[in-house]
Amino acid sequence: MYDFNHHRPGSVAEAASALAGASDGKLLAGGMTLIATLKQRLASPSDLIDLGAIAELKGIKEDGGALVIGAMTTHATVANDATVKAKIPALAALAEGIGDAQVRNCGTIGGSIANNDPAADYPAAVVGLGATVHTDKRQIAADDFFTGMFETALDEGEIITAVSFPIPEKAGYAKFANPASRYAIVGVMAASGPAGTRVAVTGAGPSVFRIGDAEAALGSGFSADAVSGVTVGADGLNADMHASADYRAHLVSVMLRRAVESAS
Amino acid sequence: MTDTGIGASVKRKEDFRFLTGEGRYTDDINRPGQLHAYFVRSPHAHAAVKSVNKADAEAAEGVVAVFTGADMAADNVGSLPCGWVVNDRHGEPHKAPPHFPLVRDKVRYVGDHVAVVIAKTYAAARQAAELVEVDYDELPAVAETGKARDGSAALLHEEAPGNLCYDWVLGDEAEADAAFAKAHHVTRVDLVNNRLIPNAMEPRAAIGEYDMGTDSYTLYSTSQNPHLLKLILCAFVLGLNENKLRVIAPDVGGGFGSKIFCYAEETVCTWAAKKVKAPVKWTAERTESFTSDAHGRDHITHAELAMDENGKFLGMKVDTTANMGAYLSSFSTSVPTYLYATLLAGQYTTPVIFANVKAVFTNTAPVDAYRGAGRPEATYVVERLVEVAAREMGLDPAEIRRRNFIQPDQFPYQTPVALQYDIGDYGASLDKALEMIDYDGFAGRRSASEAKGMLRGIGFSAYIEACGIAPSAVVGSLGAGVGLWESAQVRFNATGSVSVFTGAHSHGQGHETTFSQLVSDTLGVPIENVEIVHGDTGSIPMGMGTYGSRSLAVGGSAISRACDKIIEKSRKIAAHLMEASVDDVEFENGTFRVAGTDKEKSIAEVAFTAYVPHNYPEGVEPGLDETAFYDPLNFTYPSGVHICEVEIDPSTGVTEIVDWVAVDDFGKIINPMVVEGQVHGGIAQGVGQALLENCVYDGDSGQLLTGSYMDYCMPRADDLPSFRVGMTETPCTHNPLGVKGCGEAGAIAAPAATINAITNALGILSMDMPASPEKVWRLANQQKMAAE
Repeated sequence: MYDFNHHRPGSVAEAASALAGASDGKLLAGGMTLIATLKQRLASPSDLIDLGAIAELKGIKEDGGALVIGAMTTHATVANDATVKAKIPALAALAEGIGDAQVRNCGTIGGSIANNDPAADYPAAVVGLGATVHTDKRQIAADDFFTGMFETALDEGEIITAVSFPIPEKAGYAKFANPASRYAIVGVMAASGPAGTRVAVTGAGPSVFRIGDAEAALGSGFSADAVSGVTVGADGLNADMHASADYRAHLVSVMLRRAVESAS
Repeated sequence: MTDTGIGASVKRKEDFRFLTGEGRYTDDINRPGQLHAYFVRSPHAHAAVKSVNKADAEAAEGVVAVFTGADMAADNVGSLPCGWVVNDRHGEPHKAPPHFPLVRDKVRYVGDHVAVVIAKTYAAARQAAELVEVDYDELPAVAETGKARDGSAALLHEEAPGNLCYDWVLGDEAEADAAFAKAHHVTRVDLVNNRLIPNAMEPRAAIGEYDMGTDSYTLYSTSQNPHLLKLILCAFVLGLNENKLRVIAPDVGGGFGSKIFCYAEETVCTWAAKKVKAPVKWTAERTESFTSDAHGRDHITHAELAMDENGKFLGMKVDTTANMGAYLSSFSTSVPTYLYATLLAGQYTTPVIFANVKAVFTNTAPVDAYRGAGRPEATYVVERLVEVAAREMGLDPAEIRRRNFIQPDQFPYQTPVALQYDIGDYGASLDKALEMIDYDGFAGRRSASEAKGMLRGIGFSAYIEACGIAPSAVVGSLGAGVGLWESAQVRFNATGSVSVFTGAHSHGQGHETTFSQLVSDTLGVPIENVEIVHGDTGSIPMGMGTYGSRSLAVGGSAISRACDKIIEKSRKIAAHLMEASVDDVEFENGTFRVAGTDKEKSIAEVAFTAYVPHNYPEGVEPGLDETAFYDPLNFTYPSGVHICEVEIDPSTGVTEIVDWVAVDDFGKIINPMVVEGQVHGGIAQGVGQALLENCVYDGDSGQLLTGSYMDYCMPRADDLPSFRVGMTETPCTHNPLGVKGCGEAGAIAAPAATINAITNALGILSMDMPASPEKVWRLANQQKMAAE
């Protein structure tokens, strides 16, 4: 990697100020994408602002019918947290299925959604559960947050602090993993609760998207049979050596059914 | 059998240091004053190098030197040779274009070596490498095996018109045609043996060092065969006397063939050490392993099998195009010829076989031996062909094999493809495998799967391999540039412990345990008193290294012979000490006894006497240190039957291997646990090829598309079932241990068993590897899709 200045602030305010003061600064969360990119010399930021020492960004709490998960909470913490397992088991299961143990011990929810990799799992949870993204400047509704492949509504210098997930009545996540990377080729979150009935798909398209037909079908009865006829078109879906757009479209239907079946 | 002797599952002696992080690998070694090398590699698959401007890099902080092919040419550094001459169908030797460690005029694959930057730190070398300005003139590239010989394909080497390395045949085509003319039925298959990237856990690494005082070099390298590397580097590349280079291959973390070869990087580090007057270290980044380790497999094959009305095989014809990559790696030419076509008889009495192999150059990394080397490709051809034949003839897949097996009373059996099998009992392996898998219960299991909406299939692979490589005279007559014997030196130390110096090299095989068991058992010394030394040309007699499942069959036989010499000499000393005739002295469990008396001397006492020869027989030299060289009389022929059972989810195309039975005949076994481990690892690699692994280059640009673990899929533990391993035993007839070798069997057997099971489940005849979920899903639903 190229040389850079390393900062390790103790608060969000210090981080924001370090970022503002850098000529080409980057926030470092778990580093699961950024470190690999740096090692391959595909990025050369002037400064890395490491969020790892900011206590206020870590942890999980239940607050007003929602689970609030700090941006720097690792996937392993979410996967193993007793409250998450009790209140939103689908979210714990999703976190448990990310990457491998090393990735889960380093990678964070804030880092994942800020990067918005089209094959990441968390965007399906954020949109599917109707979460709200908290930043140091504002709150952003899930539906407004993911704006395109590797793009989000975050402004320059804006730092995610937490994500709050309304506790659903039912939610299920099913993922068809890339056999090599274990990223989602298709991942579907289906849920119903205070945020309504929502179905969000990751992996299949350039960015997470909802399936209106499935949500309408589930709205009149949350069962696998209700979505048995739901399909999505292959147009505009991702295609690579591991899965064509056709196959991804087919897998959306299969994973949708499995998500609903597994919902609890 | 003692609990540490031959036949005991002794826990691996070497594992303590490996599991506690105390192993000493090449990258763990740091020499005083060491500098670091970073290679400037080609970003293009094919380009003329018009100029290399290294001035900015040379001026960069920490940089000591930057070298290009021109610098090596000025020092008369030679081409990396291919050590096996294959004569084509006209008797002409294969086309052998030069392969310079740093290119001189053209780059021919992505990752090809353009220059080396040597600096005080690795970071400085890497940083400065970006300042080396290379002016490329890009050329069209050809990356696909099947397109290399197209008239319009880019030409890699002027020396090889049409990108053809050789057009080679084995067998009599006219006889084969005659057999086919009499056939009741001919089965035809078209197969792709997918290209693989070896992915040893430890990346390649090298440290070259030059001692001005003695004008000699030392190379630390991740090599499977340090002596061979020394020989090649001295005699063919660097022009050194062999006494001026010591090669040390310390702990090596896996090779699978990819660390047999003489590579550009270690050559450059050795040469450059003298130029910069300091040790030069290089360790591959994983990306470099993907782009520049020699790859494996990569065949396109059309094969035909002629049968009579009973499914008896009458003849076989095989036409294969094999990809050599951009240059010939050290033993590349032998893999799709003498290690491939000679195995096409399999376990069967097929009387006539004709094979034609065309080896081609493409703009891809060199291809060479990879676990099994030619034999997995041969087994895949034979066992896919036999499986499809059974389906077309309406025969049970077990029955068609049984009808065609070479019978136990037919050994030694001369195949039509040059090999003479010494012994085997193929029916015994099949019977045991059928019983273990509960073949009769398969229909019931299939119904149970169908009731869950799943497709169940069963697949066989009855493989044979030629291992224990190899009788020197035989391989010499076939073009090998080396003899393939092995050496061993067994040294009693004065106080009774034993040091064994072996020319074999362990990079995961467990030699320190297996060889210790052999020596402990033979000499009657406690296993903890036996030390196995390997991997250093400075202390070990010339040896040939480890590949081709040869370590025990050839290296172990050499150890056995050296132990015999120790015992014979000790017997004379013991007889003298006990005042008896040599003929009356018996040796058992480490003790010499005079028959019919209570006189005895332990071998440790004899060893002490040999080094403190105060009371010593006349005419016997002091010391107890014997060397043996063992040249095998024949290859060994491990064989067996693997049966794979799969369950496929037609809604996703995901294949789960639900059961795997491996029944192997490895002859005598020294350590059953080590053998089982080898079988497990081999199957994992074979299943990796069949289901997951696939090296893909972009057909137009020649860019490696599967250049990381994000896209190149290695098998993981949860991709595999718990294997069930059984053994049968027909001891090898021609080596002193009766052993055959076990390291490659799983990788040889597994691909055909897996694909046979998947095609059985899907009710189709053929599909190509890897059986990715999308491919399987399409095949599982093709009728439904066609109807839509």
